[in-house]
Amino acid sequence: MDGSGQARGFVEFDRVQKSYDGVTLVVKDLNLAMPKGEFLTLLGPSGSGKTTCLMMLAGFETATHGEIRLDGRPITQVPPHRRGIGMVFQNYALFPHMTVAENLAFPLEVRGIGRAAREEKVRRALDMVQMAGFGGRRPAQLSGGQQQRIALARALVFEPELVLMDEPLGALDKQLRERMQFEIKHLHERLGITVVYVTHDQSEALTMSDRVAVFNDGMIQQLAPPDELYERPANSFVAQFIGENNRLPGRIESVEGGRALVRLDTGELIDATPVNVTGPGARTLVSIRPERVEFKPDQIPADAHTIEAEVLEFIYMGDSFRTRLRVAGSDDFIMKYRNAAGQRRLEPGERVTIGWSPADARALDMP
Amino acid sequence: MAQSEASSPGPETAGALTTADGRPLAAALARASARARRRAFLLVLPLLAFILVTFVLPIGQMLLRSVHNDAFPRNMPALTAWFSANPRGTEPGEDAFAALAADLKGLRANRTAGEVGTRVNYEFSGTRSLFTATARNAEALAPPYREALLAADPAWGDPRLWAVMRDASRAITPNFYLAALDRARDETGAVVRAPPERRIYVLLFERTFLVAGVITALTLLLGYPVAHLLATLPLRWSNLLMIFVLLPFWTSLLVRTTAWIVLLQGQGVVNNVLVALGIVPDSGRLSLIYNQTGTIIAMTHILLPFMILPLYSVMRPIPPSYTRAARSLGASSWTAFRRIYFPLTLPGIAAGGLLVFILAVGYYITPALVGGASGQLISNLIAFHMSSSLNWSLAAALAAILLAAVLLLYWLYDRLIGIDNLKLG
Amino acid sequence: MTRLLILTTALAGAAGMASAQSITVLGWGGAYTQSQVEAYHKPFTAATGITVISVDSDNPATPIPAMVEANNVTIDVAVVEYADAVRLCDEGMLEVIDHAILPPAPDGTPAMEDFLPGMVTDCMVGTDVFATIVAYNTTAFPDNPPTTIADFFDTETFPGKRGVRRGAKATLEMALMADGVPAEEVYSVLATPEGVDRAFAKLDSIKGDIVWWQTGSQPPQLLADGEVTMSIAWNGRIFNAAVAEGQPFQIIWDGQVYEPEGFVIPKGAPNLDAALQFVAFATSTEPLANAATWISYGPTRASSAPLVGVFKGDGVTPMAPHLPTSPENLANALLSDYEFWVDRDAELNERFNAWLAAN
Repeated sequence: MDGSGQARGFVEFDRVQKSYDGVTLVVKDLNLAMPKGEFLTLLGPSGSGKTTCLMMLAGFETATHGEIRLDGRPITQVPPHRRGIGMVFQNYALFPHMTVAENLAFPLEVRGIGRAAREEKVRRALDMVQMAGFGGRRPAQLSGGQQQRIALARALVFEPELVLMDEPLGALDKQLRERMQFEIKHLHERLGITVVYVTHDQSEALTMSDRVAVFNDGMIQQLAPPDELYERPANSFVAQFIGENNRLPGRIESVEGGRALVRLDTGELIDATPVNVTGPGARTLVSIRPERVEFKPDQIPADAHTIEAEVLEFIYMGDSFRTRLRVAGSDDFIMKYRNAAGQRRLEPGERVTIGWSPADARALDMP
Repeated sequence: MAQSEASSPGPETAGALTTADGRPLAAALARASARARRRAFLLVLPLLAFILVTFVLPIGQMLLRSVHNDAFPRNMPALTAWFSANPRGTEPGEDAFAALAADLKGLRANRTAGEVGTRVNYEFSGTRSLFTATARNAEALAPPYREALLAADPAWGDPRLWAVMRDASRAITPNFYLAALDRARDETGAVVRAPPERRIYVLLFERTFLVAGVITALTLLLGYPVAHLLATLPLRWSNLLMIFVLLPFWTSLLVRTTAWIVLLQGQGVVNNVLVALGIVPDSGRLSLIYNQTGTIIAMTHILLPFMILPLYSVMRPIPPSYTRAARSLGASSWTAFRRIYFPLTLPGIAAGGLLVFILAVGYYITPALVGGASGQLISNLIAFHMSSSLNWSLAAALAAILLAAVLLLYWLYDRLIGIDNLKLG
Repeated sequence: MTRLLILTTALAGAAGMASAQSITVLGWGGAYTQSQVEAYHKPFTAATGITVISVDSDNPATPIPAMVEANNVTIDVAVVEYADAVRLCDEGMLEVIDHAILPPAPDGTPAMEDFLPGMVTDCMVGTDVFATIVAYNTTAFPDNPPTTIADFFDTETFPGKRGVRRGAKATLEMALMADGVPAEEVYSVLATPEGVDRAFAKLDSIKGDIVWWQTGSQPPQLLADGEVTMSIAWNGRIFNAAVAEGQPFQIIWDGQVYEPEGFVIPKGAPNLDAALQFVAFATSTEPLANAATWISYGPTRASSAPLVGVFKGDGVTPMAPHLPTSPENLANALLSDYEFWVDRDAELNERFNAWLAAN
């Protein structure tokens, strides 16, 4: 889809399909090209096919159809150990019967690198992840974050050009996860390696990636940089999956000048930017981010339609306020606004008129 | 930063802590846990008593029997007294023969001639009837006893008989251990090897350990791939296959033995198939049963589950990501197996190996049924002495040596591999 | 509550009485035990109301010492071989049986004159005489059947595996007879070290062709399966397989070893009186003759011999020619010497085991 037709990439998926049972496809016609040095995240709910893609790339699964190329060479027939791809596993997969140093030396040893060079490389890899001095320990004696660092170092110690990471931070607590996200990002920038990263955590994907491929139902729904993904979701799945999102169902009244007029099912008229709708009469789901909803008249563009709302709940969030509104018959419309000096706090039961810039409301397909 | 994750704040190391009402914390803790300990002990008490009665006592009794046999001193008090009063090498004179005659009269009265004869016969074959026959006519014995007894049977003058009787007169004796190691005492009391045609136990000990080793290796060779398959299949399938693995457990020994005979005998299924396929000529049918081959085949079959189960329980929790990690790091599938998977399964191999080996060393019914002559193991001889020859002391000595050998092995094993590395599932 | 107690006590009493009215007999199993059940147990129960529980063993003599030593005797009567009876009696493991309880023959001959010589000892009353014989499968040798004990050791003229009992007794005697030692000299030869060597040398000549057996039911099975073409066996088992089941087995009445066996009562038997009653009843003239019509073991009383009729299994085969005690079967036969075996059993079996274990 988005990846097809691009210039030759470092990693290429060309019409790749995968089926385990011969009845259903878990990966449907995947086309993807990524340039060298990119940090690409495969994001999606479990069962969406993202891990299968990673395993096909690593060589642990074979594509049912299509071709995967690495640096221009098809790798379908290359066994995993000859692909030269570093990999970090979900539960680290550090060999429990070896010390940290032995774990790191393993990929060098099987490549026949001499002892002296090996020790030097292991030392540097440990330094790189700030774990110097831990070489003699066993993995079981390390904390989760330390194991994560070692797993990272092990995947990098033999200097692969491509590193795959399969939900590497899934087992860590939130604080540690966030810190590791930055560390991985920095390592990527410093070493200039190409990274394919799999996760189901959208904030992780947005924080770390150059580009994110959103997977659902065996297909890439959208492949785009994080800001574009958030600001301009290509369809209602992406809009729903990335970030928080209000959805208003309706029908297109008219489209003109890049602006659509949508009549909601409850009768109100609102403005939106048409994205993937066919034209007047089509069903649509209008998507608006909570922080783009305005209730102060001076913030709403003058020519925009407005809509009446009733405040159901007011939540104090510190840096912002969050209100739950009843809008067009729906009770879960969220509006977020900044806790600025002199900002008014809405009271439950209060009636307000809300609106938004037509550019911020996107008329998407009705799933 | 890394360190801050690794170390949590250490426990309070300040001086003795006290509880809220001022008692020392350690004492309060000890008192609180003492009751729990007492209750735990009471709970295991029945088991402890059970083990004591059914395991420790019989084994103790067996060990005692291997060095203790009082059939002679109990029934021959006068001669026993003479032996203790006169040192080895004393020529038995009239006093000795008088004591012997008195004891023989006692044997006649108490019908215990056979018991004493059997005891002496253990170490000097052919002397049993000497006691029973002479005791039968003991009433007629009159002084001078030396002449009277030698007239009854000149064998009473044999110095070897007197040496053996002297040995037998001590209830505590190492002689059964000597016999169990193919050794005996000569007239002078020196330890000598048994004549070649009577050496058997050392040979059988060697064979038992060799056969047990071969069986352990075979079960490992056959069981490892099966356990791996079971561990990697989806649970639904592996549970089904597990039933086949456990089937030998649920089959009665006789059914199993009959099945082996039907399969393995000269005119059996295996040979018939081989002959029909032209792999072996009809005249050269393989001997697969009633020999050592039969013992090994049958015991490998029986003991296979004891190898597979520990292996399975070790393999099941090994995530496939270890092998995958090794492969992604550049190891071929063989290297990944050799360096990563195999070492991770070592605790299972160790447990299965120890289990199978120790069970194989002690097996006797299966070799007795399908082992023919060359498939007999030391346990068969122990069973023979327990139930046929009734030389329980020798059986006990053999069993004790077997036990010691197994314990030695266990100790070596602990030194080499470490018992805490053992994983029985 | 009290009533319940009385009731249970009464029940327990009844159960106790019931158990007093039964005895347990330990036998050898198979056709042999069946013959004893038909000829002894059933008529005894019919005559006295005492039930007889039959239990089997590979050799009923072996559990007795353990039971007696442990003071836990659970059987009342055992069927044992002659040598075992003498040995166990010597060791005080058996009750002494007063010969006066044995009934006289129907013609009034006193029991001790009616029994064949040596068939009654201090502790044993003989029931029958069995023989360890050589049998062969007739289909294996259709043209030139074996006829002598020597043929058993001739695997060139008579090819095929040989079944032999795993034990020294009878095996060594038969080896010597096959090697040309006359029956009357067997034990004097076997008493010398050279004689023992000679017997083992003879066994050595077929060692590779031997399938060893342990229980009496094995030889007919081995012969029927074709695993062996000839086997040492107990004559009664072969007779039953051949006559009752129609197996093509033939016994060679040459160089066989025959031996009496009979009832003994372990010391401390729980139902001594009933056991004595059973032994006296079963060893009277008629039951002994009757037993010989169920299996081809010869009766031990002279007065029983004329009463032995046709085989109960088919109702036509006369039993007399099949009994080890028949004169025509005794041309070259050896009576097992119990004194020799009581004395040498341990020594020769030890040697036998060593020989067996050595490859």
